[in-house]
Amino acid sequence: MTALLSLSGVTAFYGAIQALRGIDLTVRRGEIVTLIGANGAGKSTLMMTICGNPRARTGQILHEGQDITQWPTHRIMRRGIAQAPEGRRIFGRMTVHENLLMGAEVAGRTDIPDRLEQVFALFPRLKERMTQRGGTLSGGEQQMLAIGRALMSRPSLLLLDEPSLGLAPLVVRQIFSAIRDLNRATGLTVLLVEQNAYQALRLAHRGYVLVNGAITMAGTGAELLARPEIRAAYLEGGHA
Amino acid sequence: MTPLRDAFLSAAVALGLFGPMVGLLTVSGEHGLSLELRPIATAVIVGLVFLGRLLVLSWRGRGRVETYKTNRALAEGIAHAGKFIAPVLLVAAVALPFTGSRYYVDLGTLVLTYIMLGWGLNIVVGLAGLLDLGYVAFYAVGAYSYALLSTTYDLGFWTCLPLAGLFAGCAGVMLGFPVLRLRGDYLAIVTLAFGEIIRIVLTNWVSLTNGPNGITGIPRPTLFGLRFSMEGGEGTFAGFFGIEPATIQRVIFLYYVILVLALLTNWVSLRLRRIPLGRAWEALREDEIACRSLGINVRNTKLTAFGMGAMFGGLAGAFFATRQAFISPESFTFIESATVLAIVVLGGMGSQLGVALAAIVMVGGLETLRDVLSFLGDQMNSPLFAGIAGQLPLYRMLIFGLVLVVMMVLRPRGLISGRTPTVALGARKEIAAELVAQGRG
Repeated sequence: MTALLSLSGVTAFYGAIQALRGIDLTVRRGEIVTLIGANGAGKSTLMMTICGNPRARTGQILHEGQDITQWPTHRIMRRGIAQAPEGRRIFGRMTVHENLLMGAEVAGRTDIPDRLEQVFALFPRLKERMTQRGGTLSGGEQQMLAIGRALMSRPSLLLLDEPSLGLAPLVVRQIFSAIRDLNRATGLTVLLVEQNAYQALRLAHRGYVLVNGAITMAGTGAELLARPEIRAAYLEGGHA
Repeated sequence: MTPLRDAFLSAAVALGLFGPMVGLLTVSGEHGLSLELRPIATAVIVGLVFLGRLLVLSWRGRGRVETYKTNRALAEGIAHAGKFIAPVLLVAAVALPFTGSRYYVDLGTLVLTYIMLGWGLNIVVGLAGLLDLGYVAFYAVGAYSYALLSTTYDLGFWTCLPLAGLFAGCAGVMLGFPVLRLRGDYLAIVTLAFGEIIRIVLTNWVSLTNGPNGITGIPRPTLFGLRFSMEGGEGTFAGFFGIEPATIQRVIFLYYVILVLALLTNWVSLRLRRIPLGRAWEALREDEIACRSLGINVRNTKLTAFGMGAMFGGLAGAFFATRQAFISPESFTFIESATVLAIVVLGGMGSQLGVALAAIVMVGGLETLRDVLSFLGDQMNSPLFAGIAGQLPLYRMLIFGLVLVVMMVLRPRGLISGRTPTVALGARKEIAAELVAQGRG
């Protein structure tokens, strides 16, 4: 397997505050990689830095061997990276259909109906809600829409930022199984940021643990799940 | 608070407001200005406020839920009526000159100019969600472009019109660059300053713009090379058609020119809304970060919105210059920007028909109100109204302001606050009023 995305020594700052401290991370083609960590560990910052907003101050980000560290966000997103951002950020006053079309913007307009059908096959609920305004959807449906919108660009790498945030356990399971199906069926590579460590590690092939802006542990999902310190820090009293 | 106390309080506030505004009148007499007291007029207004407040409170005391329902029904009713209002308005607009009244055609021209400006600003404010308080700057750029090109290089209106649009569009992009990272209030302040800068430059750059004295003798447009001139004869409209030359012909021609320009603006905005660029504008209004994450080039998208909106402002400006035949920086003050913005907000952000209706109400209504008030004043012979009757037209702006306040209380999202999706399968569903922006910039 080749590295689709690799970060080496990446640091990022918000003003004077250092949010990321020398991140080394690799995502190989066809993998689901998860990044777990507590609130404020820098998970979302890492996601955003990959997208160039904020830009990495030092270090290097390679996508398919191309250095994209200093690229503007919209060019990065045109390379086949798509993001379902934290908090979903769907366009509340536009319809589900319009939201999905916005996702298709970067990938050309040739086979939009096909891509719509693929998204609807994955999330049939969205088809029912097609003419409804995004803001009237339930939280779970909005998350499906955010993921569907990201998939409309036919990405080679999907960045998912806390898809389980604020959702009922049943809906989380639905969404996670959709991600797994997608990965198995199409070989889509996924980088998943999660607070829900147990579910995320079970889903992922490999995982990284982020503490205070630095990676402290890495391994396969099963390995990390077995680690006593992971159990203590992220799974205690939790979801097992 | 009991309704009675509340009503007394409202009456007290009204007394404080209307006491100086209505109760005192300056009259110029033999020894300069003197003050005249008008206690009766003040008492009438304060009494009306007192009674009105009581009525409102007792009406509200009963069925709150019902109020909501009627509002909703009203909103749907208006949305349905919209289908019929638009064609009726269009027919009325085309037929207006056949009344033959110079007054109505002039008023119609004024209203249409504001409708066009409203539609242009609607692209920036309503669609892209960029609050622009300096829209008059582009109106000025368009007007001066035409005025200077035509008086200096002797170019005709139809040659200059696209150039004026182009220059204004460039000015829009120029304004766009420094404000790319600003949103909401901050953007509003910078655009406000931009509008003032343009006006001050026009005032002070005397060698180019003739400063506060303005530019005179701006040529009128021609109809396929036919001039509208009073002499008649060869090469004029009247001469060509063998009719008696009259001013009204030019007035009517100008009316149709602005009608076509306004319809062009409407057509382009409606087209833009259906293509991906228009959708990107709307998405940008909703969430800029999400747009970035979808690979939208936010900078270019914003600049096209500024440029496109400014272009239509410039076209309207060129028309203004040719219609007035005289322009000076005085015509491009902040109040113009404010009026156009009020039209857009009152119309319901993003609604084409709403903007048209709002312009008719704001510009046409204000003029009509003047007539109605002088008529009413003439009818009042009772000694009770002796103090008011003659000055009734002076209350025009007061009544107008009141209407605006009442409007925004009753329909805070504008006259027509629905939003039609840009793509639809089968029937287009109107998006309900509650979901449309409420006074956000």
